[in-house]
Amino acid sequence: MAEPLLRLDGVSIAFGGLRAVQGVSLQVAPGTLTALIGPNGAGKTTLFALMSGFLKPDSGCVHFNGRDITGQPPHLNAAAGMTRTFQIVQPFAAQTVLENIAVGAHLHEKRRAHALALAETVAQRVGLQPQLHKPAGDLTVAGRKRLELARALATRPKLLLLDEVLAGLNPQEIDEMIPVVRAIAGDTAHGGVTVLMIEHVMQAVMNLAQHVWVLAQGQLIAEGTPSEVTRNEAVVEAYLGHGTAAKLRAAHAPSAGGRA
Amino acid sequence: MTPNSLQRDLAGIALFAAVVVVLTLVLDSGVWLTFIMMALYATLLSQAWNILGGYGGQFSFGHALFFGTGAYVQAIAQLQGGINAWLALAGAVGAAGLVAAGVGALTFRYGLKGSYFALVTLAFAEVFRVLAVSVPFTGGGVGLMLPLNESLANLQFGSRKGYIGLALALVVLALLVTAWLRHSRLGAQLQAVRDNEDAARAVGVNPLVVKLRATVLSGAFMGAGGAFYVQVFQYIDPAIAFGPATSVEALVGAIVGGMGTLWGPVLGAVVLHLLAELTRNLFGNLPGLNMVIYGSVLVLIVMLLPRGLSGIGRSVRDLFKGRR
Repeated sequence: MAEPLLRLDGVSIAFGGLRAVQGVSLQVAPGTLTALIGPNGAGKTTLFALMSGFLKPDSGCVHFNGRDITGQPPHLNAAAGMTRTFQIVQPFAAQTVLENIAVGAHLHEKRRAHALALAETVAQRVGLQPQLHKPAGDLTVAGRKRLELARALATRPKLLLLDEVLAGLNPQEIDEMIPVVRAIAGDTAHGGVTVLMIEHVMQAVMNLAQHVWVLAQGQLIAEGTPSEVTRNEAVVEAYLGHGTAAKLRAAHAPSAGGRA
Repeated sequence: MTPNSLQRDLAGIALFAAVVVVLTLVLDSGVWLTFIMMALYATLLSQAWNILGGYGGQFSFGHALFFGTGAYVQAIAQLQGGINAWLALAGAVGAAGLVAAGVGALTFRYGLKGSYFALVTLAFAEVFRVLAVSVPFTGGGVGLMLPLNESLANLQFGSRKGYIGLALALVVLALLVTAWLRHSRLGAQLQAVRDNEDAARAVGVNPLVVKLRATVLSGAFMGAGGAFYVQVFQYIDPAIAFGPATSVEALVGAIVGGMGTLWGPVLGAVVLHLLAELTRNLFGNLPGLNMVIYGSVLVLIVMLLPRGLSGIGRSVRDLFKGRR
């Protein structure tokens, strides 16, 4: 395998007593479309924040494109070629769709006219061109997700971190969005964007991802192809087994209640 | 091209300048000329505040800090340094920009936002006010008086029209910078930081640098306002220079007119001055009543028009959409 684009070595962070991410190591190969899954509260978004520089790990380090970027602020990471999106969409609500995307385009385009032109091209790629001059606050949820994607894409990233771009969409909107994501990852004409996505919609993960990491309670518990991962017992446990495990323990140790 | 293109802004500025010139020539009475001059002066302060407060979303309550710096540099450079008034003006603008850079670096470096930023700027202005009273070269609480010497070279004019020309030039410059800001990378990034700082950082915007640049621009124009004040009234003291009245005048004009718009501060400053004149003329014999009415109208405007006077159309439309 070629030199990984993104490499995490034993990355950990705790918030007070909560160990949100514990010793996570992973490598994202260039040109791939991969996914990070896990139950709610597993620490996926926190891990994204650690990769993109919104949080600084307590220990461990992050390498991007061969450079140690541990704790480097997000705007420098974006300039280096790693841009994240937000699960809870964060449009610049007072500005139009085009202006929103242009903010991303301005990362590498100093001139306004060039940034607006690039923004328009990107809007086309994600299917936002009919709404270019609408205020971003007027978009539907699906529209905002596309905008979030477009704004990140306009920074011309090498690595795109997509945090649940499908969450909150109805099945038809999901069906429309999946090809958009695939087209971005497969777009070799634009230098090929490597995509790492957090996703709950398993249909999309099965459909899109070449490789999947599973995070549960801050730790990586499995990785592999989507079908390998879904057959993995630890993964099934993580998603479904909490209540069952507790009940089983109680059944096998009747005196446990007294000691607690 | 887009509805708010640069050409349209520039045409508007040209039209505005023409209207002011025509009014100045037509309304050849002392009262009206003073009104035009003071309205332009208030516009300058509000537009300066608008660059940081309106486009940057950083609400300063202490813009008098930059105003006072400009005013004192303008006065001291001429009195103690014997420097030409025009050069002093350049120095006043530069010094105000420098102070803005310093204060901005300190406050933004430590991530102060919202009400904390407002309070810290207010505190800085107060610190400078106290300093101006106590250090020797500001003339202390007595203030500084500029000798009367009317000539163009001295930036002192026998007629109001000269000062109107100077104020108009400064306002047009402020409008041009604002128009540029609206169609530039810095402006786009500044508004992005205002609307959502995290989202802006994620797409490569360095909020510290962007806010700092806006602060320097804003402070520089405020400094020009201070220098203008000294040239018009030939007097400055610590309370006028760094007191809260000027800070409030700057922000109220922008808020009433419409923050983050090109014409809001112009509209706000003019309407507020008209209102102040009107209440003073109508109720001037009942001391205090004019301020009560002025204040009430202010409250009504802020309550009913969240976008300010320049956003009146959209506010009314939203009202009907919400009701039906």
